[in-house]
Amino acid sequence: MSQHRRRDPRVLKIIRNRLHPLHGQYVDSSTIKQFGPSGLLRKFPHRVGTIAANGRRRINRLGGHAPSFSMSQPLEALVNLPLHQVKQPEFYILVVLDCVAGRLTEHDKDCLGFAQMLANRKGQAGAVLAVIFGESKDTDLTLFGIDRLLHITDDAVQGYQPELCCEYLSQIIAQFNPKHIIFPDSIFAGADLGRRIAAKLALSVATSAWKLVEDELTCRASQGLSDIKSPLTDVILLLEQAYEPTSEYRYETLLLDIPKIAMYKSSLQDDGLVEVDPSQIPLAEAGFIIAGGNGITDWPLFHRTAELLGATKGASRVAVDDGFMARDRQVGATGTWVSAQVYIAVGISGAIQHLQGISRCEKVIAINIDDSCDMIKRADLSVIGDSQAILAELNQLCLQTKKVVDDVA
Amino acid sequence: MLPNKLNVTCLVSIGMHPLSRRARRAEQDARAVELGLNLAESSQHQLSVVHAGELTSEAEFALSSYLGMGLDELKVLSIPPQLDITSALTDYVRSIKSNLVIMGQQTEQGDSSAMLPYLLAQALSIPVVRGITEIIDIDNTRQHITLLQALPRGQRRQITGSLPMIICIDMAAKAPRQSAVGKALSGKITPVSVNLTGLDPVAVKPMLTATVRPKRLKLIKAKTAAERFKAATAKATNSGGKLVYDPQQGAQAIYDLLKQEKLL
Repeated sequence: MSQHRRRDPRVLKIIRNRLHPLHGQYVDSSTIKQFGPSGLLRKFPHRVGTIAANGRRRINRLGGHAPSFSMSQPLEALVNLPLHQVKQPEFYILVVLDCVAGRLTEHDKDCLGFAQMLANRKGQAGAVLAVIFGESKDTDLTLFGIDRLLHITDDAVQGYQPELCCEYLSQIIAQFNPKHIIFPDSIFAGADLGRRIAAKLALSVATSAWKLVEDELTCRASQGLSDIKSPLTDVILLLEQAYEPTSEYRYETLLLDIPKIAMYKSSLQDDGLVEVDPSQIPLAEAGFIIAGGNGITDWPLFHRTAELLGATKGASRVAVDDGFMARDRQVGATGTWVSAQVYIAVGISGAIQHLQGISRCEKVIAINIDDSCDMIKRADLSVIGDSQAILAELNQLCLQTKKVVDDVA
Repeated sequence: MLPNKLNVTCLVSIGMHPLSRRARRAEQDARAVELGLNLAESSQHQLSVVHAGELTSEAEFALSSYLGMGLDELKVLSIPPQLDITSALTDYVRSIKSNLVIMGQQTEQGDSSAMLPYLLAQALSIPVVRGITEIIDIDNTRQHITLLQALPRGQRRQITGSLPMIICIDMAAKAPRQSAVGKALSGKITPVSVNLTGLDPVAVKPMLTATVRPKRLKLIKAKTAAERFKAATAKATNSGGKLVYDPQQGAQAIYDLLKQEKLL
């Protein structure tokens, strides 16, 4: 028998013809070694590797030695961070957190990062003492740089109680004598509370601080048009994104005892939130928006649904151009950039300008007839179908619940 | 003065146009004056408008635009910039026995620290509130005031407090009326004598042109090549949300999501 490998013209023909019913038998996968007519091992460069998430071919030549990841697992979870401990703090850095709706804001985390830097620079070993007023919903606070925590859950500090919070803070300051007191300079609570405590205890204060070089703070002034330099002060009100949040350690987050305060009568009384007409809220500020586009044929139904849900109304450019909505209601890069908590897009396919405009929205709900449009790719929940039918269903659902509530009442 | 009439004081500063940097009426202070004027017109409360600072020609131009809103008189405590105005203002507000002090939250020029209302309130031992858009009600007999405070996301909170009080006006308050040149010419700026020797000196910090703040970059702290590779190739895990094809189920899903977000 000949030493030469013989070519089988029939098999080669099948291999060449991808549409041949037996093609799969001969060209199965990269694991089968195939030899060419001259006896050389055939390589199939187009079949090597896999297509990565970005659509490009990735070739892994490590064989079975590469570490395996599952794509859904976040990178941080893989890293077990070392624990940062401060047994005997040389001094304290006090951080008063906003904790909006029980969760640390990005601004809070930045302030904690800044405080950790102040506590540990120049070889010092200070501890970051954080204060949270009201409930906290964060399950794991150890990642954000809190060495010691004072969690004041007194019922009296719920709502707007700046004077009581000040009373607590002055007690804490007297007890721990912190080197610096850091507040987020935010509309939520920090800006008000920080200035109050600085005025009350006659402490030196730097507002709108955003940079620290050695011992010199840089603060924004006169509508953000100027900078002023200031030495490190007792109270520092920090702007957003002034410093990176912590990422290299876990922290102890030891709960400390809350100081007792004597009977205190506040001169301000919080009467609670007032119902606001959603149509009066500026689109950029609104927390709940329902926007209509080209897919809507029954505009009165859209308006009724918006009013029932209590949502602020928005529109895509097409709806505005066609005269169904006013120009100031237009959402998108050419209209208003919105930052709603929930954004419902009804009959909007999602032009890139519109998607840019809603990039800061948290939850997006799409109602659309076309399940391949760009808005569906962005949305957290998509309902496919005629928008009129879906809006009508939603309308009915709201009315039913309202009726039940009214009957019970 | 009648006993049930309030003595309302508006504190105004000199603003700065953000582009031309010319002196103008400050936006927030103008809103404060608007609120004061409304109080004076509707309930005949007595309104006085006060400015503390050096009276230069530029300042006079800016102050006249407050007069143009329909004020007869604007009082000026003439204090050079090297001296602290807080104690002078405290003494003045105390001397005229003001029940309600209305001012903007933050100045448009200078160091804009927004500390003045708090320092004044501390010196006068009266409460202060920030971010006010409206006065809902004033109860003269019980010395109570009900206010509306602006919150993020267009929400409003109602606050009750006791007079006397300092309130700082938010930009969300009613827009100020136009300033008329004729009225500005007929109103007058009255200097008030201040004892300058008793005032604390204040360090005037040099104003530097604001430098651009660096944009935050996405930090990738990968230690091995495999981690870097993963960080570079991994996409945000928003691989499309839930898809519902039935209108009834879809409406229910939307309803449930809104309930979960506490919007219904």
